[in-house]
Amino acid sequence: MTMDKRQNLIEVQGLKKYFTKKSGLLGNKVQYIKAVDDVTFHIKKGETLGLVGESGCGKSTTGRTLIKLYEPTGGKLLFDGEDITNYSEKQMLPFRKRMQMVFQDPYASLNSRMTINDIIGEAIETHHIASGKEKDERIHFLLEKVGLMRDHASRYPHEFSGGQRQRIGIARALAVEPEFIICDEPISALDVSIQAQVINMLEDLQNDMGLTYLFIAHDLSMVKHISNRIGVMYLGNLVEIGSSDEVNNHPAHPYTEALLSAVPLPDPNIARERKRIVLQGDVPSPLNPPSGCRFRTRCTKCMDICSEVTPTLKEIAPGHQVACHLYSK
Amino acid sequence: MSNLKNEKILEVRGLKTSFYTHLGEVQSVRDVDFDLYKGEVLGVVGESGSGKSVTCSSVMRLLQHPGKIKEGTVLFKGEDLVQKSEKEMRKIQGNEISMIFQDPMSALNPVYTIGNQMTEVIRNHKKVSQKEAEEIAIRMLTLVGIPSPEERMKNYPHEFSGGMRQRAVIAMALSCDPELIIADEPTTALDVTIQAQILELMKDLQSRLGSSIIFITHDLGVIAQLCTRVIVMYGGMVMEEATVDELFYDAKNPYTMGLLNSVPNPKASEKERLEPIPGSPPDLLNPPKGCPFCNRCKYAMRKCVEELPKMYEISGTHKSRCHLLHPDAPKVEGFVKEARM
Repeated sequence: MTMDKRQNLIEVQGLKKYFTKKSGLLGNKVQYIKAVDDVTFHIKKGETLGLVGESGCGKSTTGRTLIKLYEPTGGKLLFDGEDITNYSEKQMLPFRKRMQMVFQDPYASLNSRMTINDIIGEAIETHHIASGKEKDERIHFLLEKVGLMRDHASRYPHEFSGGQRQRIGIARALAVEPEFIICDEPISALDVSIQAQVINMLEDLQNDMGLTYLFIAHDLSMVKHISNRIGVMYLGNLVEIGSSDEVNNHPAHPYTEALLSAVPLPDPNIARERKRIVLQGDVPSPLNPPSGCRFRTRCTKCMDICSEVTPTLKEIAPGHQVACHLYSK
Repeated sequence: MSNLKNEKILEVRGLKTSFYTHLGEVQSVRDVDFDLYKGEVLGVVGESGSGKSVTCSSVMRLLQHPGKIKEGTVLFKGEDLVQKSEKEMRKIQGNEISMIFQDPMSALNPVYTIGNQMTEVIRNHKKVSQKEAEEIAIRMLTLVGIPSPEERMKNYPHEFSGGMRQRAVIAMALSCDPELIIADEPTTALDVTIQAQILELMKDLQSRLGSSIIFITHDLGVIAQLCTRVIVMYGGMVMEEATVDELFYDAKNPYTMGLLNSVPNPKASEKERLEPIPGSPPDLLNPPKGCPFCNRCKYAMRKCVEELPKMYEISGTHKSRCHLLHPDAPKVEGFVKEARM
């Protein structure tokens, strides 16, 4: 594979994002919600990294902090080799053009009072890419690129179905010719038959335009399908990362194993034969996470050391890293 | 199990339900027939707008204005529910037939405690004292795996997590020993790990209590895991009816095949490209005259646009609505060769 020779587009080192919660009579008791706590990974040019985990595990926060929609609390962010961690809004502007986002809810992410022309055109104008006739042509080109028609430009979002709206959201992201797109659960609000349409389109666009994706989802089967590499998050920590095949066929972390076995597979024979690990209980509150390994309260292989020492990512196979004491001998 | 198989608990015939909106009549359910046998889990799968939820609300007589059952019969243990008065239905709803909804938060009242809501349901349907009702409620909460149920009875819904709320709703639905449970996407709002817990729980309860379940979902994986028989709905109609194995390994309807090809194959070792169904579902304000799937079907013929296909019987348990199953239909590569013999 030539993939390893590619450069890193995104590099994240020890990324932290804490939210504060004020309580007490005067709001003077401050607690920290460690939504993302010490996460390190990279994404190579032209590849897709899938990020999975239960709700509240910090996968969306990681995505948003990555493009500085949230200000990181700690750690380092490198985009194409340049440290953007402490860049101001103004300094970020040229980078904004290179990174875009596709949101989960195609109903909430499009302004219902703007026409499709305005929605896509706004991005083009903000970044001074084109104006006038050239802009219109670009909008038509983008609409056709995502499988819509040029005369759709004058319509409003309510005239489209969920799948079509998601296409518009993707066209808007593409309008500024980005290199990196964060897809935050782009298909979870869509019907099964429409999901496949959008996934295929994202794959085609990646091949045509050399895009790099961070694909955030909780649907493991789709993530497995679209990603080159997969990262698994639990309660703000990255617990495992590796190639899609490695993570799926040889999951190392007990949480990854449980997560994989929880996915219902569309095949009755496999469903009958498969041994299922059903996790007990819920994800603990991020306000008061367990000491040591955060997964230990639900882990079937919990040992004494797990409550004392926080495990760090260790390489167990080339490119396959896991944070678990089972592998720290 | 097989001796139970033959006893029909629910028989739906020619069910038509419409919503009378200011734009016109939306024909959400157009002529639906199906049976439910005692002790089985019937999966109902389809996209949003295919009529799966409306079918079940019609069975339950929980349709909201402007929805109305136009035609058809719903025989539950031999009695037609469509003809029953509101008052008679209230005795059946929650008692003999209960429903579990997708969003547990909207199924629970936020200003009453869980215990309060559970005992209310029990006392409404059973002649028991408050104390006895509380005992039943605690027993039910234990059954669905809620730890320290006596304490939890005093909690409000917001003090429960999503998975716990859904457990409480299931406990409530089971508290009057219903013979039929209709579960409308009960795990869609939950995380996969919590979904696995709930599915495991429902499977276990079903085999212990022997109730019949209609399970509505759009997730084919859930169907494969939980159900014995499946009906596939599209455009307000049943397109295919089969056992789980027949459906996943021997689908005889282009729509079902399309659905199966839209999800990644779990067995695939190499990355395969997905095969989506082009286009989008029909508008039921002006439903198509012919097959509802014809404008998205790769096998569509002129006949499909003009005439609605009937249900062809493939085996005793397998039926499909497609013109290609007609003995005189052209032979199509890769589709239903053996079916016509």
